[in-house]
Amino acid sequence: MNLFKRYFIRRSEPAVGTDLVWTERDGSSKGMFFIRFKRHKLAVAGVFALCVIALCAVLAPFITAYAPTTVTDSFGEGPSWKHPLGTDLVGRDMLSRLIYAARVSLAVGIGAVAISAAIGTVLGLISGYVGGWIDGIIMRITDIFMSFPYIMLILVVSSIVGPGLLNIILILGVLGWPGVARLVRGNVLSIKQMDYVKASVVLGFRMPRILFQHILPNTVAPILIYATSGVALAILDEAALSFLGLGVQPPTPSWGNMLASAQSLTVLLSQSWLWLPPGVLIIITVLSINFIGDALRDTLDPKNNK
Amino acid sequence: MNNYEAASSSPAPLLVLDGLKKHYPIRRGLLNRSVNSIKAVDGVDLTILPGETLGLVGESGCGKSTIGRSIVGLEKPTEGRILFEGTEISSLSNREMTDFRSKLQIVFQDPYSSLNPRKSIEDLLAEPLLVHRIVPKNEVSSEVDRLLEIVGLPTTSKHRYPHEFSGGQRQRVGIARALSLRPKLIVCDEPVSALDVSIQAQVMNLLKDLQQELNLTYLFIAHGLGAVKYMSDRIAVMYLGKIVEIGTAEELFRNPKHPYTKALLDAFPIANPRLRLNARTVLQDDAINANPSSHGCRFYSRCPVATAQCREQEPELIGDGDHASACFFSN
Repeated sequence: MNLFKRYFIRRSEPAVGTDLVWTERDGSSKGMFFIRFKRHKLAVAGVFALCVIALCAVLAPFITAYAPTTVTDSFGEGPSWKHPLGTDLVGRDMLSRLIYAARVSLAVGIGAVAISAAIGTVLGLISGYVGGWIDGIIMRITDIFMSFPYIMLILVVSSIVGPGLLNIILILGVLGWPGVARLVRGNVLSIKQMDYVKASVVLGFRMPRILFQHILPNTVAPILIYATSGVALAILDEAALSFLGLGVQPPTPSWGNMLASAQSLTVLLSQSWLWLPPGVLIIITVLSINFIGDALRDTLDPKNNK
Repeated sequence: MNNYEAASSSPAPLLVLDGLKKHYPIRRGLLNRSVNSIKAVDGVDLTILPGETLGLVGESGCGKSTIGRSIVGLEKPTEGRILFEGTEISSLSNREMTDFRSKLQIVFQDPYSSLNPRKSIEDLLAEPLLVHRIVPKNEVSSEVDRLLEIVGLPTTSKHRYPHEFSGGQRQRVGIARALSLRPKLIVCDEPVSALDVSIQAQVMNLLKDLQQELNLTYLFIAHGLGAVKYMSDRIAVMYLGKIVEIGTAEELFRNPKHPYTKALLDAFPIANPRLRLNARTVLQDDAINANPSSHGCRFYSRCPVATAQCREQEPELIGDGDHASACFFSN
């Protein structure tokens, strides 16, 4: 392996003279980004794990032996050659269901957070930077959103618009932004006072450029931290909603409703293949995303160039 | 306009401040009513001629930075006008101001907060060039090199980030950024106060050289008289939002007329102990706590030579183009 690596590196190395220029050029830009990211071993593992899960989810029809809703002739049986992770109490293949469920859970986790982070970031930026009555209005709206009990609101809305994957994503996304908005606004308020923002004004940059190119990059760390923990929460929220019957509707599998359906004492004690795999997958996904978020935060900060 | 101005306005002035006022309301209570205001700048008339350096001195909180920020459009004046090359810029909307932005630039005091930490030096310098289309796109990179060269930084440093530079080097980047738009007037808002003494001289020399080469005009704001004397052709002394004395640099240092200027000069340390004066004017208290009376001279409460007239009546700035002061006892 080592020999192989050396051979390859030497082969791909440019001539000595240009090599120097190259390191100078990419000293802290895109080439460096991957080098710095690679230093976070856990994050690299996280990317790998997430890629495997995502790939399985995308290729689900080709790699699963059964459709997720197909009822086989064995009910609640443990792992066997035919069913590597056993079957559930209705007789469906657990492995197939698990892989199909990854689609739902990843879509909910990432989709909902993408929506709420986008809304929250934009509103927070505007609110903090413009200030005045616009700030007042936006902040009062976030107050209103935050003063409702979160889970109740989700229940009411999802019972109105009806359950379903897309609705869940939209609901979690649209209800999740006030936290980000507050976070971003607070950061903007302090960054706005920095001379480099004032310099941007004097240099005649327009507001969108100042907001997105000068202020946003400096507040990306808290947004990333929020977003990574948000993905975890969204996956768990989806599980909770599914448990209450307002999430993704059976027989469509999600990790949440698979866990939820395994919540009886006999299952927990004697049929661990029903709840262990989805639980482990949720943990792996959430951890991966958290590690990636941490690494991104460090990597995106030029000061961490050690 | 003032009396002193007539004599000094032989070439067309680059920048004119006409009765500039900036008051910050103090808001209190539930309804956010403004109960009072801080008069940061309270009626300032100034003329800056093309190619000169006008020094602006005064203690902390006297409003000198507010003047600088108003000129570059960071503050909207409460009252009064700012004329740049004869056009009033203080009342322009943001969009209309864009054309003037490139002609008026500012160098900030703190080189640590004036550069965006997330952008490389090249990005920092290229962005204004691209936004204002100063040079064609394919020449941006060479223009960045040129800018770095004229402020004395190696061009190889352009891919580095601000935190990799020292304070003096950062200040050079800040100057390069201000120069990128090819301005006519640069407001230097205490550009050397945050730097080491050894670096201060370098940066001031750089500013002086650039002025010669690029035909720049400076408003040089500082609280140290040494720097101002070295840099300026003319010096204006501010006290609590007003100019109390203005004159050519030599004249003001040789023959200060206003008691506040005298006190400032006396506070300037003299290296040679034999040359030190015994009779120094040392001011008590500071300007913020001085609480000037509403109608009299604002220096009244701290002035060593104040009389009853000073309490009742505010002195006007009187003198000629070379030297004017706002004190009844200036002669």
